[in-house]
Amino acid sequence: MAHTLTKPSLRPTAGDRRIWLLVGGATLLWICAYNSIQFLANWMTYELFGISKGSHFGESVAFFIYDVPKILLLLSGMIFAISTLRSFFSPERTRKLLGGKHEGIGNVLASGLGVLTPFCSCSAVPLFIGFVESGIPLGVTFSFLIAAPMVNEVALAMLFGMFGWKIAALYLGAGLSIAVIAGIVIGRLRLEHHVEDFVWKIKGGGGAVADHTLTWAKRFTDSWRNTREIVGKVWLYVVIGIAVGAGIHGYVPEKALADILGKDSWWSVPAAVIIGVPLYSNAAGIIPVVQALMSKGAALGTVLAFMMSVVALSLPELIILRRVLKPRLIATFVMVVALGIIAIGYLFNLLI
Amino acid sequence: MMNIKVLGSGCANCKRLEALVHKVVNDTGLYAEVEKVTDYAQMMRWNLMQTPGLVVNDSLVSSGRIPTESEIANWLKTSTQ
Repeated sequence: MAHTLTKPSLRPTAGDRRIWLLVGGATLLWICAYNSIQFLANWMTYELFGISKGSHFGESVAFFIYDVPKILLLLSGMIFAISTLRSFFSPERTRKLLGGKHEGIGNVLASGLGVLTPFCSCSAVPLFIGFVESGIPLGVTFSFLIAAPMVNEVALAMLFGMFGWKIAALYLGAGLSIAVIAGIVIGRLRLEHHVEDFVWKIKGGGGAVADHTLTWAKRFTDSWRNTREIVGKVWLYVVIGIAVGAGIHGYVPEKALADILGKDSWWSVPAAVIIGVPLYSNAAGIIPVVQALMSKGAALGTVLAFMMSVVALSLPELIILRRVLKPRLIATFVMVVALGIIAIGYLFNLLI
Repeated sequence: MMNIKVLGSGCANCKRLEALVHKVVNDTGLYAEVEKVTDYAQMMRWNLMQTPGLVVNDSLVSSGRIPTESEIANWLKTSTQ
């Protein structure tokens, strides 16, 4: 193919130099904007709108005006960075990396690659077939399919923006652990015959798109397109989520939720997961609400368990997967992941 | 006649790609038929791992993203030569 004749991607071309300057300039602008939000938000709330400091309403408004631009900026910046990182990965390459790997190491690798490989749940079926057909064990395939939606770029960016890097890292670690363990469990259960029969009969031909090397200019323009698309899709959820969160911040009294969602009520973790599984929302809408709940006395483990169950297990994805999985395997998948999330919830409540 | 296939099972991006392909074919005035492949077993002939996929004269040129108009026009042009 003609692509193979292009220069190696890491050597800068003239076009690359221009795009690096552009990205550098945009980064500087981004930093300036990010650092002036607090000042502007306070000025708007208390000077421009003349709302008195310390009132419930003022607190809610200040929170909203500060958080919306802050989270949207963080989201755009992080999605751009993660998209660029992901341009070095592809499902085809991931499949090659996972080929011939056994349980254990295969599950760990698959979970990690689930985070790094660009993935859309609408492609879950061809991806599943492609993995299984090339001989990757079922459990390893599931590790990938669990990690990919749970630890996504929007979830990480939102957690980072609203809770800080420690909780974002904790979430990343917890999500990876669940994906590894659930994948190993599903692999051990020997459920291969609960995959729809046609999957085993497919013999893929050659002709996968050649792994062509991308230029930096192409990587950055693709990432920019991707960022605009994702932010365009989730910004409204972010605004609504923050508005609900701001309402909770201003009006719900401190510690009001401690009895229901606090550490001491043992049933709150499973209850959060049972409510979370059928709920379908994206991380963008759920995290601002979750953050507000936590500031009112809900325990971290409970809140993270709720969020994970909303993001990792979604009805639309299960319906898509039904094309290749028989009902019992889907039920097992949901059960194993839900139990994993509950365990993580208890663990965090115990430790933190 | 040139044969173009859009591989995908009705996701939003698959529909967008199909519309874009029709537009490019119309704009360039090429004589081509545009087909839609929604059956997964059939899609695997091209080892597709991400939808939407685009197949021009039986070879997969793109998968997992919506190419730009000029990219599509280029693929169509090179395969007519």
